[in-house]
Amino acid sequence: MTSAPLEQYLMLSAVLFGIGTAGVFVRRNLITILLSIEIMLNAVNLAFVAFGRMYGRADGQIIVFFVMTVAAAEAAVGLAIVISLFRHRESLNPDSFTELKW
Amino acid sequence: MFYAFATVAVVASLLVIAQRNPIYSVLLLIASFGALSGLYVLLEAPFVAVIQIIVYAGAIMVLFLFVVMLLNAPHEDTDFDERTHPLLRPGPMRLGGLLAVALVLELVWALAAGAGAGRFGIGSVTSVAAIGRMLFTDYAFAFEVTSVLILVAMVGAVVLARKEGGQ
Repeated sequence: MTSAPLEQYLMLSAVLFGIGTAGVFVRRNLITILLSIEIMLNAVNLAFVAFGRMYGRADGQIIVFFVMTVAAAEAAVGLAIVISLFRHRESLNPDSFTELKW
Repeated sequence: MFYAFATVAVVASLLVIAQRNPIYSVLLLIASFGALSGLYVLLEAPFVAVIQIIVYAGAIMVLFLFVVMLLNAPHEDTDFDERTHPLLRPGPMRLGGLLAVALVLELVWALAAGAGAGRFGIGSVTSVAAIGRMLFTDYAFAFEVTSVLILVAMVGAVVLARKEGGQ
C-alpha cells in the first residue's frame, strides 16, 4: 500500500520542520508563531510514525500520542499567555513585549 | 498518493506562514493536518490518522480559531510589514529565514547521503487494541504523568487568562 520509501517521508518531515522554523523566525504575530510550532510538532510526528512503520512496532504511534498531548497543553497555555499579553498591550507583535515587567 | 498528500501538506503549510490574516492561517493548517492524516493512513497507522483529525484539527485548531476571533485582531500590526519586501527586513528575520533554509538543506543532504535502505517491512501494528494495551502496560507511567501535565496546563491557562483584580 505504501509506495514511497522511508527517505521520502523523512524528507517531507524535514521540509515541514523547516517551514515551521521559518515561520517562527519570519513572522511577527504571536498566533502565527504558535501555528508554526504546531507545524514543527507535526513534522516530528510524521517522522515518528514513519520510523515506527519501518520497524513494525507501535512505539512510534504511542510517542505521537504523547506529543499530541504536549501540543494540546502547549497550545492552551500559549494561547492563555497571548490573551493576557493582548489585554495589556492591544498588540500581537512580539517586538512590543520587550520589557520583563510592566 | 503519497505525492498528492505531501504536496497538499507542504503548500498548505507554506501558505500558513505566508498569510497575513490568522484566520486563513488556521484554516489552511487544518487542511495541512488533513493531508498529514492521509499520510498516516498510507503508513498504516489508522489510530494516529483518526486522532490527528479529532484532536488536532478538531480540538486544538478550534481553540486557535476561538482565540483569533476573540482577540479580533486579524491583521498583523507592524508597519514595516506593509512597506518592506520580505528580503529587506531587519537582520534577525532574514537570518532566521536563512537558518531555516539551511536546516532543510542540511537535513535533506544528510538523508540523501545516508544508505538507502528505507523499504518498509511487511509487519505493522494497526489495531487500536494493541496500541492501547501497550499504552497501559509499557507506557503506563508516562500516561499517568501526562494526566498531571494536562491538569497543570489547565490550571495555568485559567490563571493566566483570568482578568486581574477580579475576584
